[in-house]
Amino acid sequence: MDLNRRRFLQFLGAGAVGGISTAVTPAEASSVENISDGYGVLVDTTECIGCRKCEFACNREHHLTDLPLERYEDTSVFETERWLQANAYTVVNRHPNPENAAKPTFVKSQCLHCLDPACASACLVGALQRQENGAVTYDAWKCMGCRYCMVACPFQVPAYEYGNALTPQVRKCTFCASRTAQEGGLPACVEMCPQNCLTYGKRSELLALAHEKIAGNPELYQDHVYGESEAGGTSWLYLAARPFTELKFQDIGPEPIPHLTETIQHSIFKFGALPLMLYGMLGAVMRIAKGGHGRHAETTAEEEVS
Amino acid sequence: MAAEISYAPVQRRFFTPGVYVLLALVLTAMALAVYRFIFGLESVTNLTNQYPWGLWIGVDVATGVALAAGGFTTSALAHIFHRKRFEAVVRPALLTAMLGYTFVGLGLMLDLGRYYNIWHPAWPTMWQGNSVLFEVGMCVMAYLTVLYSEFAPIACERFIGRVNLPGRLASWNGIVDRVLRSVNGTLGRVMVLLIIAGVVLSCMHQSSLGALMLIAPYKMHALWYTPILPLLFLMSAIAVGYPMVVFESMLASRSFGRKPEMDVLTPLSAFIPIFLGIYMVTKIADLLMRDAYPLLFEGSFQSFMFLLEMGGGVILPFAMLLSSRMRRSSRMLFSASMLVVLGVLINRVNVFIVAYRPPHTQSAYIPSVAEVLITAGLIATLMLVYRVMVTLFPILPKEHPAHLPGDN
Ligand code: SF4
Ligand code: SF4
Ligand code: SF4
Repeated sequence: MDLNRRRFLQFLGAGAVGGISTAVTPAEASSVENISDGYGVLVDTTECIGCRKCEFACNREHHLTDLPLERYEDTSVFETERWLQANAYTVVNRHPNPENAAKPTFVKSQCLHCLDPACASACLVGALQRQENGAVTYDAWKCMGCRYCMVACPFQVPAYEYGNALTPQVRKCTFCASRTAQEGGLPACVEMCPQNCLTYGKRSELLALAHEKIAGNPELYQDHVYGESEAGGTSWLYLAARPFTELKFQDIGPEPIPHLTETIQHSIFKFGALPLMLYGMLGAVMRIAKGGHGRHAETTAEEEVS
Repeated sequence: MAAEISYAPVQRRFFTPGVYVLLALVLTAMALAVYRFIFGLESVTNLTNQYPWGLWIGVDVATGVALAAGGFTTSALAHIFHRKRFEAVVRPALLTAMLGYTFVGLGLMLDLGRYYNIWHPAWPTMWQGNSVLFEVGMCVMAYLTVLYSEFAPIACERFIGRVNLPGRLASWNGIVDRVLRSVNGTLGRVMVLLIIAGVVLSCMHQSSLGALMLIAPYKMHALWYTPILPLLFLMSAIAVGYPMVVFESMLASRSFGRKPEMDVLTPLSAFIPIFLGIYMVTKIADLLMRDAYPLLFEGSFQSFMFLLEMGGGVILPFAMLLSSRMRRSSRMLFSASMLVVLGVLINRVNVFIVAYRPPHTQSAYIPSVAEVLITAGLIATLMLVYRVMVTLFPILPKEHPAHLPGDN
């Protein structure tokens, strides 16, 4: 990505778009370093037992389904990979362990609440926005249903209510924003988890905790906190005993996803410089061509061209 | 040849067998569209959470915008570069662009989950300048306004001095006539500004359309994912402008039983290999520079589609149109132009659908029959409206009286 961006800038610099290199400045819109230290959740997949109580809690909290808790004990759902849906903000998947069949790895998935979210950068009406506390939230009232956010999310999180004809919504984990707004409030899934698997807290503290855990048990943990740098960093962080790609995590580089498009957008359209220049140039051509028109009226394009 | 060109409404039989076919397509699509609005997107499309964009975005919107590029490329040629001999194609190209963008809007309305919020990007409190789609949306809205303003004088021209309202409304004739004249006059004074604005706006959103998919670097196939995608979109839009004008002018001539206007189209087509060549070289250089060319031989569906797009839609017509003999033959010129048009269609479908490979996907997206029928219906409606418009308004060049009677 970084390489792409540099190439693009070089390309502009080369003047291929009409000598506008002066208008080029790096994207100022999103710079992860300045982003406030919000809250997050550390998911320690080595602790997860696949009880799916987090799914139950989330579904109940957001009125997604009303299956009773016993139904979540059904382990047959693990046979095939399930993924996030309009009525499932979080799902747990089981990944078989080639070394020890008795110890598969369970992974809970939901929106990662990126520090520089691609979905929010893509949304043309600002319906998706990152809040101070780290939650990336959705305002259905603004949304026009273009679904560009779904194209943009590198983790394939947002889902859509295609079956709703009148008021379809983009659906994804809300980070239980209304619960956590209260003093001591925890996301529903975190509160319900019977294991030591989900830890809610300041992202910076969670990162410290994660590295502490890795240092404390280097045999068990991979030396990688997923989400520390992926896509510029995410609020939800993961620890695992096996390489993340084996657990179907996306292999995402450290550059925030929106950087390339925002750089293009802001370098070309900064103060409307490039469009205005083009406007002026065309105006000049028009005057000149009009002047020469009398003399060349009879030249054909064939002749001019060859 | 005459410097002053005059236009006239086409005087031909409106209903032909082809028109009935179009009407059937229109009615089918309308029924399906009603169904979509009552029962939702799920009832007619194969879109999923993994594939949120399908045929309608790839064809109706992205290809629609690209193929409407004849409008700004001919207007730049005739009005900015003052090649007056090409006046003859400006009006039909303007009409195509105006209708094309209108139908892009209609196609978008069908696709948007909350179509009634389509105006939201124009509302300042919701502006989101980081979004490429915001820029595309704003430019398209502005350009649509420009297109209608450019077209308005043609509509006025038809009625000025001829306003003849029926019955009691006749007393309004004078007033309507005066209104038309003042609209015409005002637009006439700012027309130069509008024409340049149209070209600038086109360059802006044609390229931005290519930037849209750059937000999905991990989902896009590397054959298409390049930071210069916006530039390639602009170049291909410019390259497809004249072929589209040629293609549609010949189709119209054929359908109205007129002679193809080879005296304009042949010189116009001399520009095609230049623009197409620039696009071709840039696209190949991009593949080489990014070291993406080995993917051409990976034997996947994607590599096949890329080869088809480049081979059939760019290299072949480029080679054909290099020869001036081919450009003079109406049959060859028509085929080559059609190849360029198809090539851009395939390119847009490739970028928006074929290249897009999302994670956590069970099955790939294949458009439903209803999606295809609605797209076909939109195109059919566009063709019918075009036919109505050239019958009502002075858009096509006046025919030589000698050709008029007899045929048909
Ligand atoms: S994971 Fe996807 S949906 Fe969630 S914040 Fe990041 S980009 Fe947005
Ligand atoms: S679907 Fe809604 S939330 Fe998503 S990008 Fe479009 S307007 Fe924004
Ligand atoms: S944070 Fe809330 S919305 Fe998100 S997965 Fe947990 S319970 Fe569901």
